[in-house]
Amino acid sequence: MKGKRLEGFLPLVGVIALLFVWSIATWQQWVDPVLLPSPLQTFRALWAGMNGGALGFDFIKTVYRTAASTVIAAVIAIPLGILLGSSEKLYRSLEFVIDFFRSTPASAMFPLFLVLFGVGDETKISVAAFGAMLVILFNVAYGVMNARKTRLLAAKVMGASRLRVLYDVMLLESLPQTFVGLRNGVSLALVIIVVAEMFIGSQDGLGHSVFEAQQLFEMPRMYAAIFAAGVLGYGLNLLFLLVEWRFVHWTGK
Amino acid sequence: MDAASHALRLQTTGVPSAPPPRQGSSKRPHVTIRGLSKRFDNTVIYDNFDLDIPRGQLISVFGPNGCGKSTLINMIAGLTPVDAGEILFDGMRLAEIKFGYVFQNYREALFPWLRAFDNIAYPLKMMKVAPAERKARTERLVARLGIKLDLNLYPYHMSGGQQQLVSIMRALVVEPEILFLDEPFSALDYEMTLFMREQLQKLFMESGTTMVMVSHDLEEAVYLADRVLLLSRRPARIADFTPVDVARPRADATLSDPEFVRLKAHCLEVFQREVRRT
Repeated sequence: MKGKRLEGFLPLVGVIALLFVWSIATWQQWVDPVLLPSPLQTFRALWAGMNGGALGFDFIKTVYRTAASTVIAAVIAIPLGILLGSSEKLYRSLEFVIDFFRSTPASAMFPLFLVLFGVGDETKISVAAFGAMLVILFNVAYGVMNARKTRLLAAKVMGASRLRVLYDVMLLESLPQTFVGLRNGVSLALVIIVVAEMFIGSQDGLGHSVFEAQQLFEMPRMYAAIFAAGVLGYGLNLLFLLVEWRFVHWTGK
Repeated sequence: MDAASHALRLQTTGVPSAPPPRQGSSKRPHVTIRGLSKRFDNTVIYDNFDLDIPRGQLISVFGPNGCGKSTLINMIAGLTPVDAGEILFDGMRLAEIKFGYVFQNYREALFPWLRAFDNIAYPLKMMKVAPAERKARTERLVARLGIKLDLNLYPYHMSGGQQQLVSIMRALVVEPEILFLDEPFSALDYEMTLFMREQLQKLFMESGTTMVMVSHDLEEAVYLADRVLLLSRRPARIADFTPVDVARPRADATLSDPEFVRLKAHCLEVFQREVRRT
């Protein structure tokens, strides 16, 4: 009983250990304090930045860009994935192209998208959407294709039309895999957005914040921005997991 | 079917293949299969196969591995296309009748996103029955069968036997004229299998629906059946169509009933003969 209650705190062990080692390292000056500020300094910078400082604004900018690119990617990729997945021949015809571009680092597309869209938000969002779209597309198509044959037959035997089977069975069957795609997609989108904010003439965003702090040698601020990016990535993943648990209750069952 | 096996069938069934005039509809065969042929690649599974399935009876299909037991009911139920031949239900085609099908793999046959109750009601939705009527009919079925299950659960929260019961109820909700069952209990443990046999017998006696069940367990096949259809090696012929005239409801005592034991031994003998034949 007591042991069970304590087990809930296990994830904190790693956090405490990290903070402990970090504190010792800065206190004993194992690392140059200029390169590694203490946890206290870092969290102070994080608090100041998020609480009315520039970091909060950058955070919101990055959230907006990541969300926009993920939404665009999902809106395109989910219907397309269902279409591709429901026709094996169509999927086989396009599989190589999808796999090729899925394997191409999306960051290699920046120059192309710069030419197409200029240096504004459109470029960042569209490159991230492009990367995320292929990941989501692949997973949705895969989920639809791997719909249990028995379930499709069962629906057919009960008199479901092809369209009904698609809507009532394939779509729902693909949801667990779709969520895998969405989680991977949003992670990739965040990576691309942060990189874009660092190097593609950006005035704001977490990537810009990290880069600028580094250029100005404001190390606590840089670490704070890194943490903010970590919190964002973790939070987005968690958000999708919670939505999945709520709506796709049968995952893995 | 060749002449010899045709003669054998007539001898064992005692029912002429042509319906006798004015003998009451219950004596007429329910399903008539004529000239059924099926091959997979180069393997001939059925070659000009004939069969009459009597109305309101539970038929077990038993035979050597890979002889096409499941293929037979899948062809009758329209899941597998036939190469040649005709399958009629009271002279009607499959599309004109209501039928049910119970899969071996209940876990993959049920819809995990629907509660058990909605799983059972789903075929009514396909028949475009209005929601209120769907609910009423499903509730009526549950009450009539007297099955005590929490139908608000999702299938994955139920035991294997309960899930299979839900699939059987889903197949019965449309009040089918015929019900097909493909090894319905073979994914269950022994204890659950025994329980499910009783449940199926109860459902059969309650509904009087014609049932065709593929089984890989001879005891189960004989225990549940009014007739055991014994198939030969491929290309499948009717090795025997043994009537099981043992009173219902059958129970544990039936297993030691001399007539049951004799019939089971007879079926085993036919089966062994067919397995050894090269």
